[in-house]
Amino acid sequence: MMINGRELRLSGPRALSEILEGEGYSQDRVAVEMNGSVVPRRAYRETSVSDADRLEIVGFVGGG
Amino acid sequence: MRVTLNGAPVETSAGTLFELRDELMPGRDVAVLNGFQAAADRPLSEGDCVHLGKKGELPSREELESLMSARHSPRVHGAVKGSVVGIAGLGGLGSNIAAALARLGVGRLVVADFDVVEPTNLNRQNYFVSHLGMAKTDATVEILRGVNPFVEVEAHAVRVSPGNAAEIFGGCDVVCEAFDSATEKAMLANALMEGLPGVPLVCGSGLAGYGDSNEIRTERRMGGLYLCGDGESAAGEGSGLMSPRVCICAGHMANAVLRILMGVE
Repeated sequence: MMINGRELRLSGPRALSEILEGEGYSQDRVAVEMNGSVVPRRAYRETSVSDADRLEIVGFVGGG
Repeated sequence: MRVTLNGAPVETSAGTLFELRDELMPGRDVAVLNGFQAAADRPLSEGDCVHLGKKGELPSREELESLMSARHSPRVHGAVKGSVVGIAGLGGLGSNIAAALARLGVGRLVVADFDVVEPTNLNRQNYFVSHLGMAKTDATVEILRGVNPFVEVEAHAVRVSPGNAAEIFGGCDVVCEAFDSATEKAMLANALMEGLPGVPLVCGSGLAGYGDSNEIRTERRMGGLYLCGDGESAAGEGSGLMSPRVCICAGHMANAVLRILMGVE
């Protein structure tokens, strides 16, 4: 699969919430698009990600 | 020959800028020829765009429009004047973005913030001592009136939430995310991408400290999310928010808005 243009090999389908955690993102500080569509925050746990998927993750840091 | 003078077409026999002034608007002491302020007399050509103003006087709405149009070019002025831009949060980013967009002549700004101006804001936010204790929305309305009295400002003195974000910013051509906390930034991005799909969103992330100015950049991420900042410099102990980088990022965000409105993004 692709995360922000970088390839990541998965051994099998995984929950989006696990991928976010594995990549070091806090779920409440990101916006996520999968294959060009926004994934609602409430669906991170039930969204299954597999090798063919493309994720775009925007992580936010504080300050404004 | 025919030229445009303060927005209106005129026929003149004047051969130079100052002859035109003396013929039609004697006493005016500011001359702008084709968008550039002219200190010395210049020959006029067919189709030139001239603005003649008076130092220290507020021009009429029509004259200011013509001046902005001359300064920014009719194409830019026409595009921004008819547009509506939302700004969520009126802190360091939002207050400076609002001022830039008012100077640009954006027709209508929809701004939202629940907080009041306090002394710790003055190091980077576009407020004055006289605004301390005022709601940021009220202070912003006052400041924007002072910058461009003809910009319409719709102010919401509320905390933006997933429940009201789409309602507040519905009708905007572009929205700027200008909150302070990372979770609020993500909340707004999610709420608007779901609630107002297709409306471009310009976000700020990574602008604390005094790191290299050139690490602050604008990137288009996802379909319509533009991320401005270095992406890393979070505000925290030992890495405070300071005016230079906050203003650089606010400038990135305001220019991203302009580029979106001009259709080049």
